[in-house]
Amino acid sequence: MRKKVATAAVLAAGALLIASCSSNKNEGGSSGNAAGGNQCDTSKGTLTIGVIVPLTGELTALGVGIRNSADLAVSQANEKCTVKGYKLVLDPQDDEKNPQKASQAATKLSSDPNVVGVIGTLNSSTSQNVQPILSNKKIVQISPANTGPSLTRGEQYGTAPKRQFENYFRVCATDDNQGPFAAKYLVGKAGKKKIAVVADGKTYGEGLANEFTTKAKSLGAEIVTREKVGEKDTDFSGVIGKIKPLAPDAVYYGGEYGAAGPFSKQLKEAGLQIPLMGGDGIVDKTYAQLAGKASEGDLATSVGAPAETLPEAKAFIDAYGKKFPKEGYSAYGTMSFDATNALIEALSKTLANAAWGEDQRANLIKNVQDYKGKGANGDVGFDQYGDSTNKLLTVYQVKDGDFKNIETGQADK
Amino acid sequence: MTTLLQQLVYGLILGGTVGLIALGYTMVYGIVQLINFAHGEIFMVGAFGALATFTWVIPEGVKGTWYITLPLMVIAGAVVSMVIALIIERLAYKPLRNAPRLAPLITALGVSVALKEAVRIWYPGATAPLPFPKEFLTGSIELGSILIPKTGLLIIVVAVVLTVLLQVYINTSRMGRAMRATAQDPDTARLMGINPDRTIVLTFAIGAVLAGVAGVLYGVHINNISIDIGFQNGIFAFTAAVLGGIGSIRGAVIGGFVIGLVKTIAGQYFPGGTQYDYVWIFVVLIAVLVFRPQGLFGETERVRA
Repeated sequence: MRKKVATAAVLAAGALLIASCSSNKNEGGSSGNAAGGNQCDTSKGTLTIGVIVPLTGELTALGVGIRNSADLAVSQANEKCTVKGYKLVLDPQDDEKNPQKASQAATKLSSDPNVVGVIGTLNSSTSQNVQPILSNKKIVQISPANTGPSLTRGEQYGTAPKRQFENYFRVCATDDNQGPFAAKYLVGKAGKKKIAVVADGKTYGEGLANEFTTKAKSLGAEIVTREKVGEKDTDFSGVIGKIKPLAPDAVYYGGEYGAAGPFSKQLKEAGLQIPLMGGDGIVDKTYAQLAGKASEGDLATSVGAPAETLPEAKAFIDAYGKKFPKEGYSAYGTMSFDATNALIEALSKTLANAAWGEDQRANLIKNVQDYKGKGANGDVGFDQYGDSTNKLLTVYQVKDGDFKNIETGQADK
Repeated sequence: MTTLLQQLVYGLILGGTVGLIALGYTMVYGIVQLINFAHGEIFMVGAFGALATFTWVIPEGVKGTWYITLPLMVIAGAVVSMVIALIIERLAYKPLRNAPRLAPLITALGVSVALKEAVRIWYPGATAPLPFPKEFLTGSIELGSILIPKTGLLIIVVAVVLTVLLQVYINTSRMGRAMRATAQDPDTARLMGINPDRTIVLTFAIGAVLAGVAGVLYGVHINNISIDIGFQNGIFAFTAAVLGGIGSIRGAVIGGFVIGLVKTIAGQYFPGGTQYDYVWIFVVLIAVLVFRPQGLFGETERVRA
């Protein structure tokens, strides 16, 4: 890295002599680059990294964390002149967690020849629609948060996995890791044997619930019922009335915090004093706010590990806090940062001796595939399906109004 | 048995909310033949109005005292809903009073989207669901093993009481008579000295107040509100109004209770369970409309001007 910086600095100094370029941002204090200051050679133009995440709606907190972390990676790369000759810019698009909006965003980004790759999406259901559009134009897509297994390995992911899109990668573990990880904790460690499973009908929630159910059954737990709640439901009394007489000792919920929080609260108000466990979609402070005091003791699994506990993430946290003091990096911040860096590094390798053009897209995909690095979330790398080689998972529990990590580990598979 | 009774309780609570909203649909339709699709959002706006009042107006000291806080919030919700509804009526519907039926209908859909987006953009934090206060009214009444949440009981009682009051008002008061007359024939009503514009405004106002009250009570019961609550409950309420016979006051409320009960009972006992509870609501609607196209309490073949 240092060497690169130095070369870039020399190049930049040369470029300065020819023409003083437009980016004369003067950031006091950051004097990492000796000769050229912050000026990089951006003579070849500007390349765009798209981001497709929800920036409005109930998943805003997660989406903003992803966008900001990607932004951080891009501005660091610009400061260090990682991609020689180019300035990188971020183009965040709001998908409102809506597959149709996500397709529109993907179509918009893919119509721009300067878009080198896309970070996103957050939801597996939106990614399903984004994948084919970006694949058509051979645009790299790296998701920090898609946990649906079929996105990389197809519908028969358990028995006959088959790579779906060669341009699609992700840096997080999947639901077929996450569901069993949750089951192992809930049945094995917490000793819950009668579990009600509820899901919200979306790709993510149903997948998670299915994987959980399979593993929980094999560990000897009884699944007393399987229910579904509507995506826009706010009153869950029907489902709760149905669960209650079955007297489960835990509820597993496949879905997101917008519904899970109120659901947990109503569950406990109806007199069911049992923990609710969910996946990464509910790990957010808002969950505890929505669920209120009753949520103490609720559980969740999430991909990766809390940034605060990872020694690798310290630099990320510091830099993030400086750049975005008001907005949290949320659950996928580290992974978004790693995903963006993987893309930028691969881009840097691709464009080391070449200029950007449509013919470089295949090379970029290959370089992302071969990428190996150390990120804020630990190792970053991709297997033959585009899945992450780093399958770190963590169990969280609500304590004093927020999720606290209680156990971290790699998935079995 | 316990399960059945418990689900009946939940069904009645949902039904009470839906019924209160349905009254607005049915009254407005009865008088101007407009399906006011923005009415669900009026319900949502009422809930947000009450939350704003709770957050910024009610002093810290009395927030925990339910007999002060709750009435203030209900009044605030009702007032906000009413003001918004009257503004909409004046700006969006009145200019289209004599336009073809389809124009105000489309306008109503537009108003609905506009209201939702306005709250999302301008209400702080409304991009995600917001916690709604209920600390002042918690707990349940236990009847054997059946739990009746106090907030839910409040919804049922308020729904029934307000419906009875409304029915009495429309049947006996001068303004009620004016409303019925305008509904039958606005032109003749005008000849008899009734001001149809004033009557229509009053109808919108009453419907909005009911929706606002429902919004506040729903928020207190559910404990969370989001900009989406209006859409779903609005659709249920519209269905309830059609099921009960659009234009009929008691039809709307009974339709609301039927929908609430069908949803919870179907979720419990029908094939598919909670996966298909919405489907059963509309199956019932279709079944009723096949045999009684005018709805349960609707009038047959009213000649419209």
